[in-house]
Amino acid sequence: MQVHIKYFASIREALGQGGETVDTEAHTLGQLRDALVARGGPGAQALDRERVLRMALDQQLAEEDALLRPGCEVAFFPPVTGG
Amino acid sequence: MVVRPLSDASPRVRVQHGLFDVAQEVAALQAQDPRIGAICTFLGTVRDRNAPGAVGSVQTLELEHYPGMTEKSIEAMIDEAHRRFDIVGARVVHRIGVMHPTEPVVLVAVASAHRGQSFQACEFVMDYLKTQAPFWKKEQTAQGSQWVDARVSDDAALARWGIRKPNA
Repeated sequence: MQVHIKYFASIREALGQGGETVDTEAHTLGQLRDALVARGGPGAQALDRERVLRMALDQQLAEEDALLRPGCEVAFFPPVTGG
Repeated sequence: MVVRPLSDASPRVRVQHGLFDVAQEVAALQAQDPRIGAICTFLGTVRDRNAPGAVGSVQTLELEHYPGMTEKSIEAMIDEAHRRFDIVGARVVHRIGVMHPTEPVVLVAVASAHRGQSFQACEFVMDYLKTQAPFWKKEQTAQGSQWVDARVSDDAALARWGIRKPNA
């Protein structure tokens, strides 16, 4: 399925882009993260399991087991630091 | 005397580049409902140093956010504050972009009939926002720029309200 991915802050900088649309066989957010790491390149380090990062699905904070839908919006970003 | 009708014309949540006027925001909140007898405001401003005791070194602070999700998440926090506390209204203004030390960053204003509920709800919204709203800070110092680390103490602040959603 096709999913739209957004990257923010240090993750965006590491990947050199604010987002991308990918075709994936992943069913969950966690599987998508693994697939992006498996591609290699700058994303492999930025999204590595060793790093603490947060995820959103359709603009709501979500966990690894959240189910993807065709056309959904996913985001990967570091811990938030607003306020 | 004319009592203005309740109005949702003024948005509860705003994310903007420009400065805001605290007095104007408080006046707009107060004008929404004559039952209001207390307004508690929290104003966050840009410090010139991040580590306690450090010599002032922050030249600018840049804030990035996730347009769309930011507004939705803060709206949800205000809804939760209405469920938990007996408040009449609330508003949040958060700036993004490049700011300098001493400039305002964020305003949380909460109104209630008596002070107790607005004091609590104001702190609740701020604790929630610090750890769950998608903003990121980047500091510029003479040594270069760096992303600000999230603080475990902010997770602990939210946990006091019975909410365990660790960020840092």
